[in-house]
Amino acid sequence: MKKKIIYFTIVGSALLLGSCSGGPEKGNNQNIEKREVSDYDPERGEGKFDENNVVVGALDGAMAKKGQAISETKCMSCHKLSDEKLVGPGWKGVTDRRTPHWIMNFITNPDAMIDKDPEVQAQLELCLVRMPNQNLADEEARSILEYMRENDGVK
Amino acid sequence: MLRKKVTIGMLALAAIAVSCKPKGAENVVSGDAASKVYVAPGKYDEIYNFVSGGFSGQLSVYGLPSGRLFRVIPVFSVDPEKGWGFSEETKPMLNTSHGFVPWDDLHHVEMSMTDGMADGKWVFVNANNTPRLGRVDLKTFRTAEIIELPNSAGNHSSPFGTENSEYIVAGTRFSVPADGDASDVSIETYKENFKGHISFVSVDKNSGEMDLAFQLKTPGVNFDLARCGKGASSGWFFFSCYNTEQANTLLEVNASKNDKDFIMAVNWKKAEELVKAGKGKKEAVKYAHNKFNEETHSATSEIKTSVTVLDVADHPGLVYFIPCPKSPHGCDVSPTGEYIVGSGKLAALLPVFSFEKIQKAIANKTFEKESYAGIPVIKYEAALYGEVEKPGLGPLHTEFDDKGFAYTSMFLSSEIVKWNIKELKVVDRQPTFYSTGHLMVVGGNTKKPYGKYLVAYNKITKDRYLPTGPELCQSAQLFDISGDKMELLLDFPTIGEPHYAQGIPASLIMDKQAKIYDINKNKHAHFTNGEANAKVVRKGNEVHVYLTTIRSHLAPDNIEGVQLGDVVYFHVTNLEQDWDLPHGFAVKGADNGELLVMPGETTTLKWVPDRIGIFPMYCTDFCSALHQEMTGYIRVSPKGSNVPIKYGLGDKFVTVN
Repeated sequence: MKKKIIYFTIVGSALLLGSCSGGPEKGNNQNIEKREVSDYDPERGEGKFDENNVVVGALDGAMAKKGQAISETKCMSCHKLSDEKLVGPGWKGVTDRRTPHWIMNFITNPDAMIDKDPEVQAQLELCLVRMPNQNLADEEARSILEYMRENDGVK
Repeated sequence: MLRKKVTIGMLALAAIAVSCKPKGAENVVSGDAASKVYVAPGKYDEIYNFVSGGFSGQLSVYGLPSGRLFRVIPVFSVDPEKGWGFSEETKPMLNTSHGFVPWDDLHHVEMSMTDGMADGKWVFVNANNTPRLGRVDLKTFRTAEIIELPNSAGNHSSPFGTENSEYIVAGTRFSVPADGDASDVSIETYKENFKGHISFVSVDKNSGEMDLAFQLKTPGVNFDLARCGKGASSGWFFFSCYNTEQANTLLEVNASKNDKDFIMAVNWKKAEELVKAGKGKKEAVKYAHNKFNEETHSATSEIKTSVTVLDVADHPGLVYFIPCPKSPHGCDVSPTGEYIVGSGKLAALLPVFSFEKIQKAIANKTFEKESYAGIPVIKYEAALYGEVEKPGLGPLHTEFDDKGFAYTSMFLSSEIVKWNIKELKVVDRQPTFYSTGHLMVVGGNTKKPYGKYLVAYNKITKDRYLPTGPELCQSAQLFDISGDKMELLLDFPTIGEPHYAQGIPASLIMDKQAKIYDINKNKHAHFTNGEANAKVVRKGNEVHVYLTTIRSHLAPDNIEGVQLGDVVYFHVTNLEQDWDLPHGFAVKGADNGELLVMPGETTTLKWVPDRIGIFPMYCTDFCSALHQEMTGYIRVSPKGSNVPIKYGLGDKFVTVN
């Protein structure tokens, strides 16, 4: 695992604490959920995506175009398309460094992964900002992945 | 013992010295009270408590049983902390027929209901001074709508809702001549020219939108409080009236002469039918109706000019008066709807009226010989179920639990009195500290009260808290009412003067919360869709800054080309899409509030620079580890300067020539 990736952001300390304790549960009987870090698979990340439900092939240009529009609203304040760091790391090469489903998990479920992924935690020390959860719908996340693939030269 | 407490309570009114402290006040809290109000860190309260902010004009939200303050929702008063009344988008919410009004006095709260039970959708609140109703949306905990009430003055008997919130009803405290050209009359002509108006404001079941459906014109008296009938008394409304003497000066003497004032019973279903049948008269008035749109993140204010008025004197069978001792304040309907409790604040007993007997008296015309201003007056005994003897001094307001008991606040004797509705027997009394106005039981106005907790809202605290100069805090006192005896658990201070409040189980509200505004649905006219679209546009002497925020920078963060004499509008779009991540925005020297922009929202700050120079701007709401870096500069040059509009961030700058 020498691949370096993505980045993060620290939100308000309240959210950070919330996340560290497993997040507030619904209802009045919220319990502090203790999960073993060893449950975490750094190849897959944590979230609803895996190699079975994220399948990539030849570039879907229309989808990449949608991804561009969404990322201009929700992502490009902090990321460049080059490999240059802005607030977070540049996107160039991310699809070579990470599996498609890892990317999908991270952009839809950043808080859990920021808390568990050792490399992402190391990245937090550099960026000092937790990547915001931008509430991406599944299709939005998928189209952003397609835009990242286009950016990395997939045809 | 009772007599002693009474005396002491009255002294407390005069707010004299520590020596008046009732004996035994320290001992009324029993050993396990602390554990009953302890909500461990990270745990949630059981109840949302919506508490009037009195002369602050705002609505506060507390948790019970902890008494922790969660939020102050600005309604009728400006709030620079939240930009309420300061941002361009919220200014129209405080518009009235008198123009922009920055303050009011919020007394009562009424939760929306479905089948006589609070449903957790909205809270309605009243503006007492410049008569208005507000609707707070419980998905966003924001004021969604404000409607002004014409022909009204001192909107005190308000807001009270029907069993399905078909109407929120608002009665005028001060009778006044109807609005318009004929209202310039001698005050001495009160009896002839002054009229009461009761507004029936309909509520759309789905959107919550309010509409002034009609008003009832009544004899000129003061309306104090009200309650809608429910269950057995469904379709009727009850209003407490004082100053039936129709005095217009020195009311403390002249409006306290009559042995009995009235509870006014209104057949509101019949009123609705009469209006539908076109019996109302359209009157020319002027009132503002303000709405906040969640998609444009902006409010609009419309001045409306007509209201349908039904004169109750023209429609026999619509309204009846029931004598009620001595200036009644509370007028409360039991959970089954069978009983109506009048609380005469100068009376030494509590009359309980029977809805069934009222109906019989109407059918048999068991009326007093003399009507009142043409309205039949039901004989007191014919309507009376019974009296609670010697309940205490100064009964004000009554609510109910789930076990057949009523609880009445006693202002003069500073206590809460628990009594059995059927037997009319006092079963318990507990001192309060001091001078309780309203009280509330959780769900205590509904068909099935939740019970468990009662909160007394006190006007005077005197020696209960660390002193804070001439003005001391006002307070709430929480009681456990699950047992036979009421048990005092907790004191907690409130904002403004707390009048009425309501409580609802947290489970009915907490899961419906909006967490963000979806940026894909942002329809603000000055929305900036992503940082690439951030820009500065000059239009004559207006400079529009389309600015975005995300952790942890503003875009653009360097702006030049603004000139003295320009009016600058910062249209700030928060690009965040995560819960609990508002960004604030402020600029040096702005005679304005800050902005607090929710995730996905666009909000506008108007700034008129008053001198040349460099003006920093920054995010005011701590947002990330790099919050202190979330800043920028604006350069203001003299009028006519040749400095072009130039803006940008990092290594990307645009110059507009």
